[in-house]
Amino acid sequence: MAKAAIEAVGINKWFGVEPVRTHAVKDVSFVANFGEMLYVVGPSGSGKTTMLSMISGILRPTSGTVKVEDADIWSLSSDALAEFRLKHIGFVFQDYHLFPRLTTAENVAIPLILQHREWTAAVKDAERNLEIVGLKDRAQLAPVKLSGGEQQRVAIARAIASRPDILIFDEPTASLDGDTGRNIVHFVREQLLTDQRCIVIVTHDSRIYEFADRIIRMEDGRVTGVDRSQLDAQ
Amino acid sequence: MPGILQIAYKLLINDRAKFAALLVGITFAVFLMIEMTSLFAGILSRSSSTVINIGASVWVMDPAVQTVANTIPLPDYVLDEVRSIPGVKYAVPLYSGAALLKLRDGTYQAANVIGLDDTSLFGRPQMLAGNIEDIYAENAFIAIKDSEFYKLENPAVGTEFELNDHRGVIVGIARVASSALFGVPTLYTTYNRCLQYIPNTRFTMSYLLVEPKTAADVATIKARVAARGYLALTRDEFVQQISNFYMYHTGIGTNMMLMTLISFIVGLSISGQTFYTFILENIDKFGALKAIGAKGRELVSMILFQATFVALTGYGIGVGLCAALIWLARTHLPDYAAMITFGNLATAFVMVVIIAAVSSYFGVRRVLSIEPFDIFRG
Ligand SMILES: Nc1ncnc2c1ncn2[C@@H]1O[C@H](COP(=O)(O)OP(=O)(O)OP(=O)(O)O)[C@@H](O)[C@H]1O
Ligand SMILES: [Mg+2]
Repeated sequence: MAKAAIEAVGINKWFGVEPVRTHAVKDVSFVANFGEMLYVVGPSGSGKTTMLSMISGILRPTSGTVKVEDADIWSLSSDALAEFRLKHIGFVFQDYHLFPRLTTAENVAIPLILQHREWTAAVKDAERNLEIVGLKDRAQLAPVKLSGGEQQRVAIARAIASRPDILIFDEPTASLDGDTGRNIVHFVREQLLTDQRCIVIVTHDSRIYEFADRIIRMEDGRVTGVDRSQLDAQ
Repeated sequence: MPGILQIAYKLLINDRAKFAALLVGITFAVFLMIEMTSLFAGILSRSSSTVINIGASVWVMDPAVQTVANTIPLPDYVLDEVRSIPGVKYAVPLYSGAALLKLRDGTYQAANVIGLDDTSLFGRPQMLAGNIEDIYAENAFIAIKDSEFYKLENPAVGTEFELNDHRGVIVGIARVASSALFGVPTLYTTYNRCLQYIPNTRFTMSYLLVEPKTAADVATIKARVAARGYLALTRDEFVQQISNFYMYHTGIGTNMMLMTLISFIVGLSISGQTFYTFILENIDKFGALKAIGAKGRELVSMILFQATFVALTGYGIGVGLCAALIWLARTHLPDYAAMITFGNLATAFVMVVIIAAVSSYFGVRRVLSIEPFDIFRG
C-alpha cells in the first residue's frame, strides 16, 4: 500500500466574524500519497486554494488536523512550521512571485539561501535546477525578460530547489496557453514525480486532467467526489 | 554576509529609482542638519574667540557679563583682592575694547583692541612676523592675521595708521586660534597703551585672568570672588555661557535650532514614506519568502538591514557633501563661519538612526502582519 504524504482529517475553515462569516472549507478529509499526482478541481470559490493552504502549512484550519509525513503540522510553532515548509514543501504560486530584482538563477536559489547555504554555491546549484527545466541559458537574465511559460518553469525550478518531497501547485496553467500548459504539466509528471514525492495540483483546466492519478472534486467547500483519472482508465 | 541579507541588499539597490529616492531623502536631511549645526558651531566658536585665544584658566568678571564682547569694566582693587586669594598663582588684567582706525589710504575701519598685561604679556599670540618684545616700542601694535586681516589693507611690519587720532605702527603680525564673529580686525598691544589711546570710564579692567595653583583651587577662587560680588568662570564655563547666550537669547540660535529640527522632520517624513512605499511595493516578495519558509526574524533582519544601509550611505554622502561645501565656501569667503564638530556629526547621526528606526518600525510591522495565504491567493 502507498505511503501517505498528506493526511487531512475533518478540516474546516471559517473566515470573518459574525454576521459575515464564510464557511469556506467544510469538514474535508482525504489522503495524498507518495508517488501520486493528485488534482483538486472545482468551480471558482469552492475552497480549493483555502484547502491547499491548510494542508501545506500556510493557513491554520479552524478545526481538524493535517498530518504531513506523520507530523501534525498545526501543532508546530510558527518557526518550526516555517522550517518544515522550507524542508518538505515546494510551492508554485499562481502568479509565480518571482523577484524581478534578482537574476533567474538567484530566484531559484532562494530556498537554498533560506537554508543558509552559501550564496555562490546556492546559485550554482540553482543553475543545475534551471537545466532540469531547460532554462540553463537564461540563468543570468531578469525573470521579467522571460515568457510566461518560462517564468512558470523558473517557479518550478525554485519549488524543487531544496528537493522537497511535496510539491504544491495552484492553477499552474491559468495564465498559459493550452499547449504550453500541457507541456509543463507533462514535464512535471515525467520528470518530477517519483515514488518519494507527492504532487498536489489545484486547477480548473480540464485540458490537463489526463495527467492526474486521482482527482478530488470540490463544491461549495465540500469534497463531492474522488475520480480515478483517464490515466487509470487507459 | 548572510544570504538573506544579500537578498535584501539586492532587492534594495537593484531598484535604482527607489534606492536613489531613499538616498536623496536621507542625504538631504543629513546635509541640512550638519550644515545648520556647523554654521552655528562656527558662530559659537567665533563668539568666544577672545576667550579661546587668550586661553586663561579662570576669568573674573562682573556678574552681568553675558558675552565676552560686552565687557563691564572692573575696579582696580579687585585685582589686588584676587591676588590675595590663597590658591591663586597669578592674576593679570586684560583690556578688551574697540577703536576706530584711519588707514593709510584715509579710510576708516573699526577694530578690536586687546591690551595684554604689560609685565607678563599673558595671552600673547603666536608671532608670524616681528618680535613680541617690540610690543613695548612706541605706538606699537600687533596685527592679527585672521579672516579680517585684509580689512587692515594687509599691513606689513612698519605699516602706519592712526588709532583714535594717535599714531600707530604695526610691529608684528601674529596668529590666533579663532577669528572673531563681528567681522572686524583685531590688534594687540599692551594694557597701558590701551588706557592711553582708548577713552575709558572710571574703571578700566575688562577681565581679570587668573591662573590657579592647582585645579583644586578653582572652587575656592570662585567662592572668594563671588563673596566680593564678582563672578569667576573657568574657560570652558565662560565659553558655555557665551554659547548659551547666543543659542537661547538671540534670534540666531533659536532659528538655527528650529531649522535643524525642521530638516530632521522633513528628512524623517521623506525617507520614512519612501521606505514604507518601498516595503509595500515588495510586500508580495516578503510574503513569498514567508510562504517558502523564511522566519519572522529573518524578514525583520532584512528590513533593518535595508534601513540601516540606506541611512548609513545617506549619512556618509551627506557628511561628505557638507564638508565639501564648507571647504568650498571657506576658500572663497574668508568670513564664512562653519565648523563641523564631532557634536554635529553625532547629532546628525542620532537623527539618522531615529529616521531609520522609525521607518523600519512601520516596515517591520507591515511585513510581520503579512498572511502568506493572501500571497497564495494572488
Ligand atoms: N481572507 C478571506 N476572508 C474572507 N473570505 C475568504 C477569504 N479567503 C477566501 N475567502 C472565501 O472563501 C471561499 C473559498 O475561496 P478560495 O480562494 O479557496 O476558492 P477557490 O476554490 O480557490 O476559487 P478560485 O478557483 O477562484 O481560485 C470564497 O468564497 C472566498 O470568498
Ligand atoms: Mg484559488
